[in-house]
Amino acid sequence: MAERPAEPILEVRDLVKHYPLTRGVLFKKRTGAVRAVDGVSFELAAGETLGIVGESGCGKSTVARTLVHLERPTAGRIRYRGEDITRLSGRALKAVRRNIQMVFQDPYTSLNPRMTVGDIVGEPYEIHPEAAPKGDRRRRVRELLEVVGLDPDYAGRYPHQFSGGQRQRIGIARGLALRPEIIVADEPVSALDVSVQAQVVNLMERLQAEFGLAYLFIAHDLSVVRHISDRVAVMYLGRLAETGTDTEIYEHPTHPYTRALLSAVPRPDPAARARRARIPLAGEVPSPAHPPSGCRFRTRCWKARERCAREVPELAVPEAYRASGGPAAHPSACHFAAEPDEPDEPYGTGEAGRGA
Amino acid sequence: MALLEVTGLHVEFRTRDGTVPAVSGVSYRVDAGETLAVLGESGSGKSVTAQAVMGILDSPPGRITAGRVLFRGQDLLTLKEERRRRIRGAEMAMIFQDALSALNPVLTVGAQLGEMFTVHRGMSRKAARAEAVRLMDRVGIPAAKDRAGDYPHQFSGGMRQRIMIAMALALEPALIIADEPTTALDVTVQAQVMDLLAELRRELAMGLVLITHDLGVVADVADRIVVMYAGRIVESAPVRDIYRRPAHPYTEGLLESVPRVDRKGRELYAIKGLPPNPRRIPPGCAFHPRCPRAREVCRTEVPPQFEVAPERTSACFFWRETPGGTGAPDGTEMRGGTEMPGGTETPGGTRAPGGTEEGDG
Repeated sequence: MAERPAEPILEVRDLVKHYPLTRGVLFKKRTGAVRAVDGVSFELAAGETLGIVGESGCGKSTVARTLVHLERPTAGRIRYRGEDITRLSGRALKAVRRNIQMVFQDPYTSLNPRMTVGDIVGEPYEIHPEAAPKGDRRRRVRELLEVVGLDPDYAGRYPHQFSGGQRQRIGIARGLALRPEIIVADEPVSALDVSVQAQVVNLMERLQAEFGLAYLFIAHDLSVVRHISDRVAVMYLGRLAETGTDTEIYEHPTHPYTRALLSAVPRPDPAARARRARIPLAGEVPSPAHPPSGCRFRTRCWKARERCAREVPELAVPEAYRASGGPAAHPSACHFAAEPDEPDEPYGTGEAGRGA
Repeated sequence: MALLEVTGLHVEFRTRDGTVPAVSGVSYRVDAGETLAVLGESGSGKSVTAQAVMGILDSPPGRITAGRVLFRGQDLLTLKEERRRRIRGAEMAMIFQDALSALNPVLTVGAQLGEMFTVHRGMSRKAARAEAVRLMDRVGIPAAKDRAGDYPHQFSGGMRQRIMIAMALALEPALIIADEPTTALDVTVQAQVMDLLAELRRELAMGLVLITHDLGVVADVADRIVVMYAGRIVESAPVRDIYRRPAHPYTEGLLESVPRVDRKGRELYAIKGLPPNPRRIPPGCAFHPRCPRAREVCRTEVPPQFEVAPERTSACFFWRETPGGTGAPDGTEMRGGTEMPGGTETPGGTRAPGGTEEGDG
């Protein structure tokens, strides 16, 4: 929406997170690694929303967890306001964490059932006492509850007394307590009923405008991501496939995976049924422990050729669009992004992928 | 004759804190070869209805207190359990959301599928095994012959769902009830599974009851839809009509709250409030505390099913004001109707517009 400011508040470069696979009990031998995130770079500007979409196992949640230091990256750099925060620890890490907070997917398991709502929302002040003087905390907690649309008198109640949507509001209030600049939200509305999702999405947008928050909004619901995001990144098997503004991604996708993903989303419009041209994907997502060589999507891609097995495609604006500009000129990690061919078998006839 | 006809079904749960109504007078029908979508949020009673129809309701605490479930003209609720068990699986089958917990973890999938044939069809184990492999192949599991010896946990979510579909289809039932069959799956896998279901349904001319909360999935596959709220059906209609012109404020709100491209940057429409707790369902129309159209009568009287058009009903006193009732979204034709049963004076002074009353109240 807004012009991208020159100075990003968060900068992620070549982020890698591998989980070692080991064998043996006493003498653990490393036998390989699950390459959950394997070289991801992006930036987030103040007040902006970057949506990350992708299917389960693509590494989007791992990216989120490394940003808030719930996981330590294997390699790569995370910069906050120009400062490298990747390897911070102790007091310095704590100071940075105040500014990057997280909202979790499941409002049923991410709130401690034995704490009152007031204690949950006020807990960040226990960890960061400098954020609010002791005498002021009760008032602040009431304020936060009010901001997210809950009755401040509920501060003494327990999480089980609230519905899913209300619990998500509690989680958001907790995320706001320290007045962060960035909120990392991992599937914040996925667990909610349809009629309640819209309420929470509206709340998040209102809070963003009010507090100038930047969101990293991770979700698998493509229509919600489009609604809330300024820019969108599509992830597949640990890497970014394509990034761009919401219009660039949704209206002019150039990566075959993005095209297939978008075509699979059912539209709430029965009249569109006949016009639907779905791009079926052959097979399944390969294991992140043994990703394909070259382009990771090639085993399911109808465009794949010999080069795709050999060369890892860079996430860059396709050569052919660079000069002309326009909405197709956005980064796409496909060797053949500029070739607009469709899969040759129409939808429903079976295998469409011819692996290289 | 309808393949399945549910009439006036009531189900309640007996709990320590009293009796909780889960389903309060649900009626719907499914014909052979037809897909009926049952749309609702958590606690709407959509799954409990299905369990009652299948005869797998946890009882106690669940109890069917009224209604009939006619399957090919025969009331299942009056049958002996032994007879029902033979219908279940052979003539009607169910697909669940979570395949991992619905499949037996300590039996290979080949053995589980084969069991259908040895138990119901009296096949030899060897023949049953061959049938199992043929079925796995049919639902698109690659290298079916090799994989028949694998256990459920060795399959991905999408493949497990296919195995469950294979199990439901094994005896070629006339009716399949699928309870959120793709909710746990990724969107590209969901597309594959829904396509498979649609294809098999066509091929075998089965009736399909699809229980879901996903408006997109319904639009994609259903012929007709019933929308449930707080244990009742609030609207039923052919699928095309309901998306273009919903005739109940709840359906209207649900459709309105779907994010749309042309509304980016604006607030989403949000139905205010929360779905009711089944222990405390509001009196009158259960939707009235959240309804922008609610008036006095809605607080006190349970709306009956009004016939909006042939094959279309709405349980809203003011359905004539909805897009489905007026033919135009701006509601110009309202207030032409006859006086409602017990037509209450509304605060604004207008008479509540009535409609043709139909069905149970």
